[in-house]
Amino acid sequence: MKIALTAREKNIDTEMDPRFGRAPFFVVYDTEWGSYSFIDNEQNLNAAQGAGVQAAQNVVKTGADVLITGSCGPKAFRVLQTSGIDIVVGASGSIKEVIELYNKGELKAAQGPDVEGHWV
Amino acid sequence: MKIAVASGKGGTGKTTVAVNMALSVDFPVTLVDADVEEPNGIFFLPLTLEKSGDVSIREPVVNSSRCTSCGACAKACRFNAIAITPKGAMIFPELCHACGGCFMACREGAITERERVIGALSQGKAGNLTFIQGELNVGEALAPPVIREAKKRAEEASLIIIDSPPGTACPMVAAVGDADFVLLVTEPTPFGLNDLKLAVETVRTLSRPFGVVINRDGIGDEGVRDYCAREGIEIVGSVPDDRAVAEHYSRGIPAVVLSPDYKALFKEILRKAKEGISSKEDL
Amino acid sequence: MKELVVISGKGGTGKTSLTASFAALAGSSVIADCDVDAANLHLVMEPETFRHEEFFSGHEAVIRTQDCIKCGRCQALCRFEAIRFEPEGRIFSVDPYNCEGCGVCVDHCPVAAIDFPERRSGTWSLSKTPYGTMAHAKLDPAGENSGQLVSLVRKEAKERAREEGKSLVITDGPPGIGCPVIASVTGASLVLIVTEPTLSGLHDMERVLQLSAHFRVPALVSVNKWDLNQEMTVRIEEKCLEYNVKSAGRVRYDKGVTQAMVKGRPAVLTDIPAATDIRAVWSEVEKALTTLKKEER
Repeated sequence: MKIALTAREKNIDTEMDPRFGRAPFFVVYDTEWGSYSFIDNEQNLNAAQGAGVQAAQNVVKTGADVLITGSCGPKAFRVLQTSGIDIVVGASGSIKEVIELYNKGELKAAQGPDVEGHWV
Repeated sequence: MKIAVASGKGGTGKTTVAVNMALSVDFPVTLVDADVEEPNGIFFLPLTLEKSGDVSIREPVVNSSRCTSCGACAKACRFNAIAITPKGAMIFPELCHACGGCFMACREGAITERERVIGALSQGKAGNLTFIQGELNVGEALAPPVIREAKKRAEEASLIIIDSPPGTACPMVAAVGDADFVLLVTEPTPFGLNDLKLAVETVRTLSRPFGVVINRDGIGDEGVRDYCAREGIEIVGSVPDDRAVAEHYSRGIPAVVLSPDYKALFKEILRKAKEGISSKEDL
Repeated sequence: MKELVVISGKGGTGKTSLTASFAALAGSSVIADCDVDAANLHLVMEPETFRHEEFFSGHEAVIRTQDCIKCGRCQALCRFEAIRFEPEGRIFSVDPYNCEGCGVCVDHCPVAAIDFPERRSGTWSLSKTPYGTMAHAKLDPAGENSGQLVSLVRKEAKERAREEGKSLVITDGPPGIGCPVIASVTGASLVLIVTEPTLSGLHDMERVLQLSAHFRVPALVSVNKWDLNQEMTVRIEEKCLEYNVKSAGRVRYDKGVTQAMVKGRPAVLTDIPAATDIRAVWSEVEKALTTLKKEER
């Protein structure tokens, strides 16, 4: 199973990024191998619009089964849901801690987006 | 000939100037309300509007049974409006600019386009005046297509007055971009002056001949006059600050109905605008 | 953190004068001027700019004339009437003011003769003012995508508020109901609609009421220059009640407001009759803000 998280830096001991669309990186943790990989979301930092949609697209491409982030808007939520990816919102802490919490079953998948779409 | 009435800031009296000019003459004139986000001209006109058409844009629709999730459409879309999921392409209409790029890029014939109504055109007539109004539906963001369509309806008329949307962005450019003369309406205040400067920059960028009308003259300071003098901009008219005009305005009664003096004043502004066009043609 | 957005529908209703006064009354908030088309708030806020950045928005098509084979494909495909043909020179060129930046011509040019550089559309700044940090911006003449610049200004303002530990962002919104207005109200805590007692004021306010209902942002209304037409003021307030929107109070017609603007000061800091009204409106707005449940992210 693969777990994707939003990250500010390429370091699993640092705080995860609560933003989804405009987070600079995604970290993908593979539970089977215990390995981490980092994916650039940089092209989205300055996107004119639709950063959430494209970030969701990037997560879909990683083959992740679950995304853990701070908040997720309605458009990204639809893309992820349609692609069969579980979404956990409201998470905070270091990347390592959050993954541990998830593995202990303490983080539950959200049923819907938790924030209004930003217009762009 | 097209005369656009514009301003950098809203509420300076654009509609007042456009409507009163249109009502001050005895020959055929077409007034286009291109302030499609907030069309207000009709409040001051003695006529009934009839809807004359819809304005739509072409919106892409995915046929998921034909979609192979190849990603060509998402690559073509510069507006991030398309995401590819294992179940096919997903399009977000609120991000779509209706450019047709995805439709052209799809090799599977999985994208078709349908019309989506974003606004309406209406029309009315009273004596020598023809009035055309464009209106953007609430919740829609794309004003320029509605402005362009409203202006197209007026094309054959010999004298067209365009009440433009405020500001200096795309809607204003869509309204004044092809005008023969632009009247920039401002108030003699620091806010008015600041907005006038932006509007002047814009019409200069668009290379349109223009002049300034000072509305509610007397309420503020001399900043606008000093600026126009420095920049060599002609002040083609000034409308005095008059509480009676403001009170009548609030009830939808235009100044020209109030007194013949106002009729003469607006007729003169229109005459000077027309003169501005012919002098430019002589050059 | 909460965000109050002041909008009006119709322009020139006194929105900016009220916003400046609110900023002065709030004392310590972050201020955002989202009327990027015609920003005026800085004229009464004595700003000292400490950060100034260029704003790029999307791309624009540019035809390399020397490589163009004049097939006209770009013109046929462009939905924005942005490709001109100049018969004298027999040259195809892009009208930058109509170009939407969609890239259709770039992708479909058979000889790849169309470049697609980034487009500069304006600038934005952060400034120190006596009433708090202010984020503001200026769209270039005939600039594109003011909605995006609005979003950028809001984002910067919120980030500043977070850094400075401020609990309120006061935003001066743009007029109208289109893209920049949508960009300034989505996700806000509260909008205050400032209107005037005229037919246009009533009509435009109703469109803004629909908009805030559409985006589910709670609203209050204030009729400025209410005594110009009492009957219309009542009609406006009744119309608001149909939308479940309450009045935050009226502000009288007062030439002193313009005089304060001429002096470059928020009206509420001058000794004019309307200042009393503005203070009363602000205390209603503050009350509404504190009772709101939803916190701005």
